[in-house]
Amino acid sequence: MVVGTPHISLAGSGALLLDGAQGAFNDTTQELVWAVANAALTLEGVCEAVPGMNNLLIVFDPLATDAPSLSEQLKSLWASTDAHAVAGTHHTIPVHYGGARGEDLAGWATHCGLSVDETVRHHAAATYTVAAIGAMPGFPYLSGLDPRLAWARRSTPRLKVTEGAVIIAGAQAGIMPMTAPSGWHIIGHTDVKLFKAEAELPVLLRPGDKIRFAIAGIEA
Amino acid sequence: MIEILTTGLPNTVQDLGRPGHLALGVSHGGAMDRQALAIANLMLGNDPSAAGIEVALHPFRLRAHIDTAVAVTGAECAVSVGDRPCPPWWAMTIRAGETLVLEAPRVGARSYIAFAGGLDLPSVMGSRATDVKGGFGGFAGRGLSRGDRLALNPAQCRLPAGGIGAALEERRGAADGAASAIELRVLPAAEFDAFTPEAQAAFTGSEWSITNDANRMGYRLSGETLSLLSPLELLSHGIVPGTVQVPPSGQPIIQLADANTCGGYPKIATVIEADLWRLAQAPVGARLRFSPVSIEASTAALRANRQQRRDFIAARNLMAGEQRAP
Repeated sequence: MVVGTPHISLAGSGALLLDGAQGAFNDTTQELVWAVANAALTLEGVCEAVPGMNNLLIVFDPLATDAPSLSEQLKSLWASTDAHAVAGTHHTIPVHYGGARGEDLAGWATHCGLSVDETVRHHAAATYTVAAIGAMPGFPYLSGLDPRLAWARRSTPRLKVTEGAVIIAGAQAGIMPMTAPSGWHIIGHTDVKLFKAEAELPVLLRPGDKIRFAIAGIEA
Repeated sequence: MIEILTTGLPNTVQDLGRPGHLALGVSHGGAMDRQALAIANLMLGNDPSAAGIEVALHPFRLRAHIDTAVAVTGAECAVSVGDRPCPPWWAMTIRAGETLVLEAPRVGARSYIAFAGGLDLPSVMGSRATDVKGGFGGFAGRGLSRGDRLALNPAQCRLPAGGIGAALEERRGAADGAASAIELRVLPAAEFDAFTPEAQAAFTGSEWSITNDANRMGYRLSGETLSLLSPLELLSHGIVPGTVQVPPSGQPIIQLADANTCGGYPKIATVIEADLWRLAQAPVGARLRFSPVSIEASTAALRANRQQRRDFIAARNLMAGEQRAP
């Protein structure tokens, strides 16, 4: 299935960005992004394929291939690749909502015009899809947030959001794999570890994986 | 073994980085001035990607606890081993008990110290580079502290008495960002056309200076305000070192070795790979100027870069051969 035509641009002399976004995030486009990413890795000179949100960064060796011909190859991959759902793993992430480590919970509920309990139940009722991993090691961009729960990101990012923070921003959800700055809202925390550099498989979540949040506790 | 005597946390163990894991959110990382570290290693007969130390905060001092050899490249600064001053870009022996000292740079910002055999540290995700954000790799996943002791791999490195030096043509007389602006060649990026004609003209037509907010993740610049034709909401997308983003403030940020692997700000241009060393060597306050380049010229610069390394290896092998000859 063809999902539009990606806009392709240079990202320096050794990378191309394929942007398939047409307005808001689209799940079908994302499935195509994953499929094209896998297929692109077999092309001559391609070093890395990095799925973003409805876009794909292809890193290549400019001495092994060149941008114009690679760009043509990627366009035809985009048009011919079958966008099939990746058979991802299902994960359940227990979350302690609110409290000192979920300080935005009450503000979030107020923003949504819901009670704290309702807000949490909507968050835990959805099935999320890992759309992409990026920004920091193991960080999942999750799609599937109930539109009633959307909340634009903070105008000023926090300099430190701790590892395990369960966060949301706009129509996206996420979990912090490590302590880092973030402009997302903190609604709870989990003890599940998403990134272990020394492990054979350092990253727990993969694009296409499905996530459910389980309510381990609510503290208003 | 070596022991760190004087340092600051921005000083880290680096090699040529950890490519191949962007899709896991792991930055390429590695030496900001890759050529400098590679040449330092090659002078000692090491693999160019052996682990050494990136010194971003001077002065830096270490003591050798064994007889070994070191090479110091990168910024132009006063270097001494024991009581012997060393020329820039020099490889020399250091005896057990002697101290290697790097003073504040006269030109440039980052020094590289390579050790015969390289630093003996575990490889994490294919590299010994320190990923400070992720807290892994390098020495305990952090910057170096006073008293840290680092082991060296066994090595056989014969240097002529007095050592050997290297000189890179392109660095000779290169702008230092103070007397004249450092020129960085750029390719237009995805949102270049979304900026106003005035912003496009100002980007390449005016000078920028590096603010205090400059580290291995990226440099914030100050200069004219760059405006978009209309506000843009972008979805998160992968970015590479050299990406010049323009956040709503209109003041650009150049993303570098340890940058987040994904970003969401509009991108006006990308600094070409062959010029990233110029940024690595640009101190806070340095003036920059961006000049558009063709993709062909950008690729040619990269090709010349790799050829230079091959030439260097050939010259080093030739010299090592002469050393061994009776």
